[in-house]
Amino acid sequence: MIYNKFVEVGRVVFIAKGKDQGKLAVIVNIIDGNRTLVDGPSTGVIRGVRNFKDLHLTKYKVPIRLGQRTKGVKEAFEKAGINEQWKNSLWAKKLEKRHIRANLTDFERFKVLRAKQLRNRILRTELGKLRNANKTNKAPKSKKAKK
Amino acid sequence: MAQGKGAKGTTPKLPRNYEVAPGLSRFSKARLFHKRGLYQKLQKASPAKPKSKEDKSKQYVVKPIGGDKNGKERRILAKKGSKITPVLTNVKNSVRRNPKKVPLRKSITPGTILILLAGRHRGKRVVFLKQLEKSGLLLVTGPMKLNAVPLRRVAQAFVIATKTKLDISKVQVPDHVNHDYFKKKSEKKSEKTDASIFAAGKSEYTVSDQRKADQKTVDSALLGVIRAHKDRKYLFGYLGSRFSLAKGQLPHNLVY
Repeated sequence: MIYNKFVEVGRVVFIAKGKDQGKLAVIVNIIDGNRTLVDGPSTGVIRGVRNFKDLHLTKYKVPIRLGQRTKGVKEAFEKAGINEQWKNSLWAKKLEKRHIRANLTDFERFKVLRAKQLRNRILRTELGKLRNANKTNKAPKSKKAKK
Repeated sequence: MAQGKGAKGTTPKLPRNYEVAPGLSRFSKARLFHKRGLYQKLQKASPAKPKSKEDKSKQYVVKPIGGDKNGKERRILAKKGSKITPVLTNVKNSVRRNPKKVPLRKSITPGTILILLAGRHRGKRVVFLKQLEKSGLLLVTGPMKLNAVPLRRVAQAFVIATKTKLDISKVQVPDHVNHDYFKKKSEKKSEKTDASIFAAGKSEYTVSDQRKADQKTVDSALLGVIRAHKDRKYLFGYLGSRFSLAKGQLPHNLVY
C-alpha cells in the first residue's frame, strides 16, 4: 500500500471525534504511538493532546517547527491559506451537504421530493426518446439481430 | 423554576407544591410530609399512648390452656375482627369534568404547520390557529379544500410541530369558535324503553350551516395567506399530502 499522508509535524488534521469535532488542527508534536499534541489557533482548537484514533489526516501541510508555539502556528496556518483551501475541498463540501441534509425541515424535505420527481420525470422522458430513436434505427435490420 | 411570567418584574406566587410537568409534582409525598411538619403532629399524639395501653389490656382476654410446655395460657382478642371486609361503596369515581389547560409548547405558535399523529386525519399537515381556552386543546384547520380537515380540536400531545410557519396575523378566527362550539350535543333521553333506543337508530352527523360558514371565513383568509407565500406551489402540495417515514428516516433524528 502506498501511503501519501503522513503523521508529521505540520500535518493538518481533521478532528473527527471528541472535543472540537469537525475542526481542523495542526500536529505540533508527537507524544507516542497513540497521541499527539495538536493546535488550531485559526480554527478554534486550543492546544492539546489528541489520540490518533480521533483524527483524520488531510492532504494539507503547514511549515512549522517541532513544538512551535501557538503564535507561530497561527502565522504559518494563515500564510498557507488552509482555511480557504479546506472550504473549497470536496471533503468539506461533502460534510456541508451531509449537514444540510440532516437539518432539512419537513417542508424542505417535501420540496426536495418534488424536485427529485421532476428531475426523474425529465430524465425518463429523454431516455424514452432515445430508446424510441434507437428502435426506429434498428427496425430495417433483420429480425435475427434482435436481442 | 419560575418561568418568564415575571416579565413585569413581579414573580408569581407559586404554591409550595406545584406541577413541574403535567402529572409530576415538585415534591413527593414523603418530602411534603417533612415540609408540612406533620411529624410534629405525630409527636403530639404520644400523650395519647398511655390511654391506648389501658385499652390494650381490655382488648385481650387471657384464657388457660392445657398441654405440656405450652405456656399455660393464651391472650386472645376479646373482639375479633370480621373476616368479610365491607364493599367500598363510598369510592368517588372522580371524572375530570374540567381538564387542566396544558401549557402550549414553545414550538407551537399561531400559523405553525402541524402534523397530526392520531385520529382519522393522521399524517395530515394542518395549520394551527389558536389554543382554545378552558380545555387547552389546539384549534386547527386543513384548510378544508386542501386536505379535508375542518375546523377541529386537537390535543397537543398528538401533534408534531414543524418549523414551517405562516403569518396568520390577518386571519381572524371568529370569537364564538371556542370550547363550547365543539361540544357534542347529546339528544335528551326522553323515553327509556328499549324499543325507542333501537328504533331511532344512529343519528347521522350533519354539518351545521354555522360550521360551514365559519369554515368558509377562516379558510378563505388562510388560502389568501398561502397564495401570497413565496413557496405557494409547494405549500399547496405540502398541505395536501400526508407525512410518512421513508427507509432510513428515524423519527427521533428528523428535524420537523
